[in-house]
Amino acid sequence: MVSAKGLRMSFAGVEVLKGVDVDLFPGEVHAIVGENGAGKSTVAKLIGGVYQPVAGQISISGAPTQIGSPRQAIQLGVALIHQEPLTFPDLEVSENVFAGYQPSRGVRGVDWKAMRQEAGQILGRLGSRVKPTDRVANLSIADQQMVELAAALSHNAKVFLLDETTASLTPKEVEELFVIVRKLREDGCALAFVSHRLEEVFSIADRITVLRDGEQVATLIPNETSPEEIVRLMVGRDHSDLGLAPRSYQAQEPVLEVKGLSRGSKFHDVSFQLRRGEILGLGGMVGAGRTEVCEAIFGIARPTGGQVLFDAKPVTIRKPADAIRLGIGLVPEDRQHNGLFMPMQIKENTSSVGLAGFARASWVDRGREGKTATEYATRLRTKLRSVLQPVKELSGGNQQKVVLSKWLLTKPKVLILDEPTRGVDIGAKAEIHMLIRELVEQGMSILIVSSDLPELLGLSDRILVMRQGRIAAEFKGVEADAESVMRAATGQAA
Amino acid sequence: MKRFAAFRELGTVVLIVLAMVVAGIREPRFFKPESLSNILLYAPLLIVVGIGQMMVIVTRGIDVSVGSMVGISAMTVGMLFKAQPHMPLPLGVGVGILAGLLLGSLNGVLIAGVRIPPIIVTLGGLSAYRGLLFFICQGHQIDANFVPDGLTYWSQAGPITIAGLTISWVFCIAIAGALAAAWFLQRTRAGRDIYVLGSNPEAARLRGVPVRRTTFSVYAITGALCGLAGALYLSRYGVVNPGSAGKGMELVVIAAVVIGGTNVAGGSGSVLGVVLGCLLLGTISNALAVAGIDENWQQLTYGIIILVAVVVDTATKRALAKRLEAA
Repeated sequence: MVSAKGLRMSFAGVEVLKGVDVDLFPGEVHAIVGENGAGKSTVAKLIGGVYQPVAGQISISGAPTQIGSPRQAIQLGVALIHQEPLTFPDLEVSENVFAGYQPSRGVRGVDWKAMRQEAGQILGRLGSRVKPTDRVANLSIADQQMVELAAALSHNAKVFLLDETTASLTPKEVEELFVIVRKLREDGCALAFVSHRLEEVFSIADRITVLRDGEQVATLIPNETSPEEIVRLMVGRDHSDLGLAPRSYQAQEPVLEVKGLSRGSKFHDVSFQLRRGEILGLGGMVGAGRTEVCEAIFGIARPTGGQVLFDAKPVTIRKPADAIRLGIGLVPEDRQHNGLFMPMQIKENTSSVGLAGFARASWVDRGREGKTATEYATRLRTKLRSVLQPVKELSGGNQQKVVLSKWLLTKPKVLILDEPTRGVDIGAKAEIHMLIRELVEQGMSILIVSSDLPELLGLSDRILVMRQGRIAAEFKGVEADAESVMRAATGQAA
Repeated sequence: MKRFAAFRELGTVVLIVLAMVVAGIREPRFFKPESLSNILLYAPLLIVVGIGQMMVIVTRGIDVSVGSMVGISAMTVGMLFKAQPHMPLPLGVGVGILAGLLLGSLNGVLIAGVRIPPIIVTLGGLSAYRGLLFFICQGHQIDANFVPDGLTYWSQAGPITIAGLTISWVFCIAIAGALAAAWFLQRTRAGRDIYVLGSNPEAARLRGVPVRRTTFSVYAITGALCGLAGALYLSRYGVVNPGSAGKGMELVVIAAVVIGGTNVAGGSGSVLGVVLGCLLLGTISNALAVAGIDENWQQLTYGIIILVAVVVDTATKRALAKRLEAA
């Protein structure tokens, strides 16, 4: 029904899809799997009209088609269901289903009765408990996805692209969704199912396409393959390319200890110790709760249960300032929004956390601030014209080095790095790796979250793998290999 | 949320009654027809402009140029009648609406087309339109003798009189406008699009809702309503002074809209809420005047009521959200 040939896509010069062919047949669920950043969602968004491919051809029912916008996709019968439902919280369910297409009759205007009736019928067909007059703000994520599915059905969609739709659902809700997916398949719809949960993929898919680094590795029939093979194909590379010599770590006393830490539905019962001079890796798929754990430790979001110990003493961290005072630093995942003050100078960014150290009775010593910033820039080999330059003029890698200098200046005992090399070029990446090693040699402890398997495996002395909010496995650095980490992250028993 | 809206509207009614009772106890004269009719004369201008402002705020925007647009429209209509004393009234009012529509459309083009933030555009409009007003009239005001008696009559008489209290024509016009607006917002796709857009702009775009057209329309509508309010201003006050006509109105209108339960973050708001908000401010203003309290206190009272309204809104919504999360 949909045939995509040779799809290519790049963002800001980085190629994320390098020629992918995907066919969606009526009455079939086609799963698209891959590691974080493999390009799965991009494929769905290209077919759903959110992006336009750089090269490649999409045909619908045999006719080559340009899908220029999401609206056009809807008109062609293609519905894209996102991980986070795109609903209108202030409006009622029936209007969410028909937004932009409300039934309207002459002078009587929008026919609310017909709208509610039709919405009720569609929701009934989906087997949903949601009432047409419910406010969407009061619905769970799963129910909101039902509303989106109902909206798609109201446009007689024949092609459904489920983009990580199960990521925020509970196992029971996933089962309910699958009942509907199977029904749509029986009705002759074509479905694409983007996911990284392999057990789900094997329970629903008729065909599996594996992507790795934007390339199509294989398209397989579930009966003729196994989860193990899929994992192998998803990973498919050895991790020697990091170029770091393995190091042996002699366990020292724990600096940071987390006991039974939980936060609502985000993560449960997370316990681990981070020892002096250790690099502890935190692996898992997007949405597994890794970032949330880091944020809870750093006092950004308050945990609902559990305990944090620092230097063997229980501590309460209510806000980031508490964490900083204890000697904890956090390099956040989204450096542009949370890690830096983009329009401000490099030196101002460098001094921003440890500003008190430059102040004499509230007056900032600008000269010393600049000198220190230059010192750190030299030490980290940050490429810049002047420390007076605004940070936004730097490349991703150099921006990250400014974030690191900012924290190093405060001489933290524990540094939490959330995806520290995402969007960083290879040269700067290697330099950041060297720096991490140097820091732990000097006695700092590092907790690193990374979706980059070679990085995680190459750097960490120990690796914890999270899955659906829990710690699913622990590996010694030397024992871990990409496949076992990926199996733990996707829920395949070792 | 529906229950919340009903709760908010009921809350405003309770406040109106409370204000009346307190004022009546302090000063029984408050309940005299002459005094009550002041409320019904104070509210119409606010209601007409407030309906537009509410639509703008629902789309997550703001229009602070309304006072100046009312001023220009009032002046235009006044100058027209000065030049053509025998012109039919509806034609004069129509020209006023047209003047407002033009200015509002200019706001709309700059915001939806050129994509300049609403606060910047309308802050510019607030001052530029006031300047334009002085330019048009060369600094001269329109005196009462140039305003047609027929127009003044709209404020002095009305179709219904209850116990000596006359419901004036201007009040009826405002209520008719409110009913029309309620129908537009509830029953037309263009009206529903305003809520769809305000509730989730990104989702609205992905659904193919005409985001730019909708954004433009709320500012154009607000302009046209300011034009109507300009004509009503002329009827009510009989004079148009370029410096004072509509001056400071934006603050009172925004206050009424917010007190009426419109979500300052966009997505929800009702015509009924706006009408009640305007009546509450009219009641308070009149109560303070009857009690002989200084006009400066009026400003302070408005400010406190706005803050209380927003704090109550936020607190109730947070409590509601918490209960939902627990459920």
